[in-house]
Amino acid sequence: MKREKLIFTYLSGILGIIVTAVLFVVPFIFIIFTALKTKGEAALLEFSPPTEIRFFENLVEVIQARDFMVITAFINSTILTVSSVAALVILGAMVAFVLQRRMTKFNGLINALILAGLIIPPAVVPTIWVLQGLGLFKTLHGLIFIQIAFGLSFTTLLFRAFIASIPKELDEAAIIDGAGPLKLFFRVIFPLLKSVIFTVIILQSIFIFNDFQNPLYFLPGDENATVQLTLYNFQAQFNTSFNLLYMNILIITIPMLILFLLFNNRIVSGMTAGAVKG
Amino acid sequence: MAVIGTASKTKASGKSLQSRHVSKAYPGWFYAPAAIIYGVLFLLPTLLSFFFSLTRWTLFDWEFIGFDNFLQFFSEPFLIQGTFNTLFFAFFTSGTKVVLGMLLAIWLSGPVFAKGYLRAVIFFPVLVSTVGVGITFKELMQPQDGVINASLSFFGIEGPGWLADPGMALFSVAIVDVWRGVGIATVIYLAGLAAIPQEYTEAALMDGATKLKKFRHITLPLLFPATSTVIILSLIGGLRSFDLIWAMTKGGPGFASDVLASIIFKQYQAGFYGLSTAGNVVLFIVVTAIVYPLNRWLNKREVDY
Repeated sequence: MKREKLIFTYLSGILGIIVTAVLFVVPFIFIIFTALKTKGEAALLEFSPPTEIRFFENLVEVIQARDFMVITAFINSTILTVSSVAALVILGAMVAFVLQRRMTKFNGLINALILAGLIIPPAVVPTIWVLQGLGLFKTLHGLIFIQIAFGLSFTTLLFRAFIASIPKELDEAAIIDGAGPLKLFFRVIFPLLKSVIFTVIILQSIFIFNDFQNPLYFLPGDENATVQLTLYNFQAQFNTSFNLLYMNILIITIPMLILFLLFNNRIVSGMTAGAVKG
Repeated sequence: MAVIGTASKTKASGKSLQSRHVSKAYPGWFYAPAAIIYGVLFLLPTLLSFFFSLTRWTLFDWEFIGFDNFLQFFSEPFLIQGTFNTLFFAFFTSGTKVVLGMLLAIWLSGPVFAKGYLRAVIFFPVLVSTVGVGITFKELMQPQDGVINASLSFFGIEGPGWLADPGMALFSVAIVDVWRGVGIATVIYLAGLAAIPQEYTEAALMDGATKLKKFRHITLPLLFPATSTVIILSLIGGLRSFDLIWAMTKGGPGFASDVLASIIFKQYQAGFYGLSTAGNVVLFIVVTAIVYPLNRWLNKREVDY
C-alpha cells in the first residue's frame, strides 16, 4: 500500500513534468531561441536552438530602436506601476477598514458601488472626455489615476475580507490608549494586513505592468509609451525581424519574473489569508 | 468567504464603545480620496456614457440622435456576431478555467513529486505580458510552418488552420486565454483547498467513503466559495477581454473573432465616438445582466453550505 502510493506520487509528478514541459515550457523556450537568432533564421519560425547566438547584438538593437523607446517605456511603466499600486494599497485598505468597522446606512450603497466597479467595464470615450476636461489626457499621472480608479474595487474586496478577521478588541484597546484614527489605522491595523498587502501588490503589479488596453486608450503616443505598447509599436516595424520582437518580449518579462521569484511562495499564502476566507 | 459577497456578513461586534467614539475612530473622510478618484474617473464616465451613446459625437461637439447608434449597432451583422462571440469567449474560458483549475489544484495539493516546480510553471504564464503571449502563439499557430502544426504533422496529423480559419479563430484565442489564465484559477482553488479542515476528509475516510464520494460530498461543496470566485472573476475578465484578441487576430479574419471590446476600439479609432460609446453601453448591459444575477445566486447558495 505504502509503496504503491510512493510510486503514484512519482509517476504523476513525472507525467506532470512531461506534460507541462510540452504545454508551458516549450513556448517560453521558443521565445528565448527566437530572440537569440539572426533575422533570417528567426523568420523560419522553427523550434530549434540558434545556430549563431546573437544575444548582445539583438539586445542593443531593440534598446536603440526608435530613440531608445524601450528605456523610456521602462521608466514610464515603473513609475506607473509603483505609484498606482502604492496608492491602491493605502486607499483600498482605508476604505475597507472604515467600511468593515463602521456600520451606517450608507454601507449598502458603498458595497454596491464597489461591486459595480468590479463588474462594469469602463466607458472608454467618456473617460477620455473627462480626462481631457481635467487636462489629464495623455499624461502619465492621468493614467496613474485611471489605474487607481479601476483597481480600487478588487483591492478593497481583498482587504475587507481580511480586516473582518482582525478582532475589534484590538481597536478598542488602542482607542482607550488614546490613539487617534490615523494612528489606529497606520500603526495598529495596517501592519497586520501584511499578507494580504503582498497579494494586492503582486496581483495589481502584474495587472498594471502588463496592461495594454488602458495605456492604448489613455496614454497614446510614442513619447510616453509603456512597455506593452512597445510591442505594439514594434510589431509593424519588426514585422520581418522576429528576433527583435521576441527579444523585446523577453526584456519586458524580466521585471515580473523577478517579482515572481521573490514572492512566489507568498502568492498562495496571501490568497488563503485574504481572498478565500471561510 | 467571498471576495465578491454583496454585503459583509459580519456585523460590527457589540456596542462596547459609545457611538461617538466609533465615528471618531473610523472617520468618514477615510473614504474621501478613494471616492473622489473613483467618482470622477469611473462613475462619472459611466453615467455620461448613457447620454453620449445617444449622440453623434466628436469630443468637442455632440448632436442628439436618439437610438440611431443602437439601431446601427444591431443592424450590422458583424456587430451582432461580435456580441455572440463575446458570450462564447467568456463562457468557454470561464467554464474551462473552473474545471481545469479545480483538477489541477486537487492534484497539486496531494502528494506529487516536484510539486513546487509544477505549481510555479502553471502560474508562470500569468506573469508574462498578454500581448507577448498573443504574439508568440500567433506564430506558433501559423497553419503552414508554425511549430504546433509542424509537430502535429510529424505524427502524421494534419493540424487545423487555427487563427487563419474563420470558424476556428475565436476558439484558438480562447484556448490561449485558458492557457494564460488557468494559473490564477489554480491558485484560488489551492487557497480554497487549504481552508478545508483536515478532520472532515479524515472523518469521511474513516466512515469508509470512496475517493469519489469524498470529492462529491466534501471537497466539491467546501470548494464552492472558490468556485464562485473563479466563475465571477473569469466571466468578468472574459466578457471584456481585449488585449489577447487584439494581439492575436485584431478581430479577424474578417470579423470572425471580433468581440465587443475590439469593436469599441475599432469604432473609437475610426472616430465614431458616439457609436463606440453605444458599444460600451451594450457591453455594460451584457455584463451586468449576466454577472449581477449570477453573483447574487452564487452568494445565496454559498450561505447554504
